[in-house]
Amino acid sequence: MPERYVGARVRRSEDERLLTGRALFVDDVQLDGQLHAAFVRSEHAHGRLRDVDVSAARRRPGVISVITAADLGDYWRPGPLLVPPPPIPGLIFHTCTQVPLVRDKVRHVGEPIAMIVAQSRYVAEDALADVVVDIEPLPAVVDLEAAMAAGAARVHEHLASNLAAHVVQRTGDYDAARAAAHRVIRRRFRYDRGLSAAIENRCVVAQWDARAEELTIWDTTQAPIPIRNGLAARLGLLESQVRVIAPFVGGGFGPKIMMHYPEEVLIPWIAMQLGRPVKWTEDRQENFFATTQERGQVHDAELAVAQDGRILGIRDVFLHDTGAYDPYGLTVPINSQCTLLGPYDVPAYDTEFTAVFTNKPIVTPVRGAGRQHGVFVMERLLDLAARELGLDRLEIRRRNYLSRDRFPYDHHILFQDSAPLVYDSGDYAPALEEAAKLIGYHHFLHEEQPRARAAGRHVGLGIVSYIEGTGIGPYEGARVTVEPSGQVRVATGVGTQGQGHFTAFAQIVADVLAVRIEHVHVVTGDTREFNWGTGTFASRGAVVAGTACHAAATAVRTKVFDLASRLLETPPEGLELVGGAVRVVGSDRSIDLGALAAQANPLRGAVRPGTEPGLEATAYYGPDRGSTASGVHAMIVEVDPETAMVTIQKYVVVHDCGRLINPMLVEGQIHGGVAHGIGNAFYEQLMWDDNGQLQNASLMDYLLPTATEVPPIVIGHRETPSPLSPIGLKGVGEAGCIPTGAAFAQAVEDALADFHVEITEIPLSPDRLFQLLQRTPPQRRNQVIVEGSYVFRLPRAVVWDALQDPAVLVRALPGGMALEQQGEASYHGAMRVGIGPVTAAEFTVRVTLLDREPPQRFAMVVDGHSGLGFTRGTAQVSLEEDAAGTVMRYRAELQVGGRIAGVGQRVLDTAAKLMTRQGLELVHRELAGRRTGEASA
Amino acid sequence: MKPAAFAYHRPASVDEALEILHAHGSDAKPLAGGQSLIPAMNFRLARPGVLVDLNRVTELDFVRRDDRGEIHCGAMTRQRTLEHHTDVIRGAPLLAETMPSVAHAQIRNRGTLGGSAAHADPAAEIPAVLLALDARFIVRGREGTRSVSAERFFTGLFQTALAPGELLVEVVCPPPPPRSGWAFLEVARRHGDYALAGVAAVVTLDERGRCADSRITLLGVGEGPVLAARARKALKGEPPTPAALREAAQAAAAKDVDPPGDIHASSAYRRQLVGVLTRRALAAAFERASAGAGDATKR
Ligand SMILES: Cc1cc2nc3c(=O)[nH]c(=O)nc-3n(C[C@H](O)[C@H](O)[C@H](O)COP(=O)(O)OP(=O)(O)OC[C@H]3O[C@@H](n4cnc5c(N)ncnc54)[C@H](O)[C@@H]3O)c2cc1C
Repeated sequence: MPERYVGARVRRSEDERLLTGRALFVDDVQLDGQLHAAFVRSEHAHGRLRDVDVSAARRRPGVISVITAADLGDYWRPGPLLVPPPPIPGLIFHTCTQVPLVRDKVRHVGEPIAMIVAQSRYVAEDALADVVVDIEPLPAVVDLEAAMAAGAARVHEHLASNLAAHVVQRTGDYDAARAAAHRVIRRRFRYDRGLSAAIENRCVVAQWDARAEELTIWDTTQAPIPIRNGLAARLGLLESQVRVIAPFVGGGFGPKIMMHYPEEVLIPWIAMQLGRPVKWTEDRQENFFATTQERGQVHDAELAVAQDGRILGIRDVFLHDTGAYDPYGLTVPINSQCTLLGPYDVPAYDTEFTAVFTNKPIVTPVRGAGRQHGVFVMERLLDLAARELGLDRLEIRRRNYLSRDRFPYDHHILFQDSAPLVYDSGDYAPALEEAAKLIGYHHFLHEEQPRARAAGRHVGLGIVSYIEGTGIGPYEGARVTVEPSGQVRVATGVGTQGQGHFTAFAQIVADVLAVRIEHVHVVTGDTREFNWGTGTFASRGAVVAGTACHAAATAVRTKVFDLASRLLETPPEGLELVGGAVRVVGSDRSIDLGALAAQANPLRGAVRPGTEPGLEATAYYGPDRGSTASGVHAMIVEVDPETAMVTIQKYVVVHDCGRLINPMLVEGQIHGGVAHGIGNAFYEQLMWDDNGQLQNASLMDYLLPTATEVPPIVIGHRETPSPLSPIGLKGVGEAGCIPTGAAFAQAVEDALADFHVEITEIPLSPDRLFQLLQRTPPQRRNQVIVEGSYVFRLPRAVVWDALQDPAVLVRALPGGMALEQQGEASYHGAMRVGIGPVTAAEFTVRVTLLDREPPQRFAMVVDGHSGLGFTRGTAQVSLEEDAAGTVMRYRAELQVGGRIAGVGQRVLDTAAKLMTRQGLELVHRELAGRRTGEASA
Repeated sequence: MKPAAFAYHRPASVDEALEILHAHGSDAKPLAGGQSLIPAMNFRLARPGVLVDLNRVTELDFVRRDDRGEIHCGAMTRQRTLEHHTDVIRGAPLLAETMPSVAHAQIRNRGTLGGSAAHADPAAEIPAVLLALDARFIVRGREGTRSVSAERFFTGLFQTALAPGELLVEVVCPPPPPRSGWAFLEVARRHGDYALAGVAAVVTLDERGRCADSRITLLGVGEGPVLAARARKALKGEPPTPAALREAAQAAAAKDVDPPGDIHASSAYRRQLVGVLTRRALAAAFERASAGAGDATKR
């Protein structure tokens, strides 16, 4: 037993349960008579829901219930606004929160339209294909700038535009700063984020006990108490009738916050309706749409800088993608706005953002929560300034750091928690020096890099600073109880998702009560055990709940001394706690804590007036504002300019989260954060096409970094205790991923100095880096385009007639089965597509011929629909006569939606070309009776 | 992500498997390692009515080196075995060396040689390597057994010469000729991903140190593995100078392929990768050839 647990590398007490498979996760909950739910989700990003026909699904054996918005009655209500925006003067904010099931309009792919409850998940998924959804597609709002253009389609039609919010914050006089500047550096920056990609997806199980009139919900939430309170209100139950249990949860990272997700709201309701337990486990495919995510911002930023590199002012105007709804208020963009300032002295700051509704899943905080966007802008501006001024990268940062004596430092703008952005403490320059030393900055610049360059190798270094606002209010609480056995129980309300809360809270309590850590038992995330609090988010669990544990343990300690003082007839000042007992200082007279607990809860006699029974106390901690953690990341990369591949060779983090409870836990948080950040920098990107279809909706194409992509990380700890917390804590949950993109960009740019590549966007991909090296503008991949020509050795009139003939047209469709003429130039039919793993998917098709100019040109639209999604091909076809016969030229654009769009991209191009070629060859064969043709494309 | 309902059979012999396949026609699919088929079923992209599990068909799980030095591998040979089996390492070293680029160790423990060949993913390494090695494919149906050359086996996007009801039972790799060298290179986003582009090269020198022949195959850039005919022609009879390699690589990139573009790599980027990887692979292969590494008897 160490003298003190706090600060020691204590092994995680939860690991035995986790590693031996004994830990309970929500999906482990199996109840008698349990049913399973699956959701019919929109394949379109934007459209009017005309009809949902669930009759066939209801008839399927094994299906118990099928629910649409209409079946919900009064229970259909939009979700709560979770975080109202801060009171910033002039702020505009339009609240539009998610709905349980779509009633009139779908606003993003994957939005739930109907819920199916069946005997098994297999049957429920079989029944998904029975539901016929009729959606009239509307133009999708995807690109941020296009969304704000006049005449853009509106995600929420009751609003005048797609503007969700507009916020301006100002401090100092930027115009004056600009006028006085030696240089003004102005750029457009793009920063995009992605999924939380927790290893455990979301899961909800609900059971209604009609005898006890009690609803129990197991939920992978980070915030069980707000979920309990919200659901009780919605369902018309007392809060005490609802118990929410968030057992072990496999990663939260933000999106498992108190969302009141559609599934979270519907599963308890249907369990009550049916009187049977119901489970829904999100699968990985659903996770791409059904769980919130973070996405892009576009910043137009400028830095006014003095000749010596001092920042005079910054102006930043940015667009923020909030997705289809904004239940989480403005946390993410305000974090970007505030965190941009970093550890620097910025005398004038003029910042403005517009949050924009788009037809994409909802944006809420994901680890970092907008902070990396701001850090990227600031650090890139400093890098650019350093280059223009001929300053060293470290030097420009040093010259702008807030020095140690400036705290508390007020930036005079408001933070996401509505409190003024005041840094409690910090000591930035030594962290930079330590990071420079650990990465070998000078050695690298003066020896390694020149040597590598001479050998034709392209290595580069990145080093950047950041701060992280952590540990915000409102409050958390804890109850500490000493049992007669001498064991100590700790209960708190925050959910836990693998951070090591069981260990960290036990360390704090064990120190206060001087007991062995093995004797401290922590429960968290069960509203029956503790029902006041908010949850785990914003790097606050250890800071706020940890401090509450400290306060509760301290209150118990006071009770221990009071009671022991009477029993041992010694004033409290003459007592000490050692080894699980109270002892009279300097004697061997002592009482075990357990015995004392028994005395405090007597079966006879009386508890003295003015005291409470037992050795138990509950305490709360509610900081006025958060504490500011900080740090420096540095990395060395090697870039192969021929292949545009980047490898990270070395990674250093120097981090200051105040007093360390447990360095090992802090390192774990940093390692995971850096992996998340590396993913963000080079691998992960949600790729939406112009129709709002996600083109990489599986972990085959959405590239999470794995152990082989994440280098070993060297960590230096610094401790600048927070004056706000009695134990000096600051948070660390998000730090690892905040500056990674900025460091990566600087390092890659440095490695490619000979190529003069400037990096103003994250994520990069090798494909994008290749474009930068080739100096080609960014290309978004939206559609598959098939172009070519084909020669028929036939007169044009014959070819024209043939191409308008359904009997011939059907040949051009892969696996075309039948085509019937419906209107003058419209045909209806079916085709069967089988390519490789896709076995014979049946599509219903509609072919429409447009713009017909016989016998020269026509356009053809082929709409296909199947259980796998939909396709829309638009082809322009022209026929020209030449010596050989008729030359047909075609250019077809293919759009896909649904599952084909999400998982089929890797072979779509090849498959489309192949199918076009095969189709034309079949037409050719059909016409062969009339003579011969030859392919030229 | 649950598969649609299917019937399941677990035969113990090839004959039995062929009977079941025959009885169900194109509704039946063999199940090998399941590393491609099962995900496709979970996405409901594939909905076979009948699965014929080959994992108990032990006669398909073997590696044998015959007296001519040819390596015979049963279709159910795990990819992990190809990586570590001494006969493969000695007799078909390119195949063994390529294995670490195929997925991850966990997947190679299940994934099979036959499954990868039969699946014929255009970005898969094994088909490209088998094409570079000029391997033979032994195919069995109820009517008998036939041998198919690699060039004829891979017929297009996820397509092979296998007819419904047929099984790939064995792959035969000829030994590396004397004075030959080989190399495999690819660029994948992450270790274990399907490659953006890759190249397998087998080159042979004549007595004068010129290129007698080369089989360069490209993956991830066509409907299936692409045998780079223009590059082969450009090299034939040439000494392997940097300029010659560059020219051959240029030919491969410019003429042998018309790469698809997708979310991970544009067509232009893939073309660039083909050029760079071909040049580098050829350099490595010729270096081995001139070092005499191809002389199997010496190893
Ligand atoms: C995460 C992940 C990463 C991967 N990365 C790669 C990679 O980088 N490169 C790569 O090449 N592959 C990769 N794969 C695929 C993997 O290599 C598969 O093992 C392989 O493609 C198929 O082999 P299998 O034995 O699993 O076949 P299965 O999935 O069982 O079968 C595949 C197909 O072949 C058919 N089939 C199987 N055996 C026979 C036979 N004997 N005769 C006739 N038909 C048969 C099946 O019916 C099915 O249609 C990856 C897979 C995963 C899950």
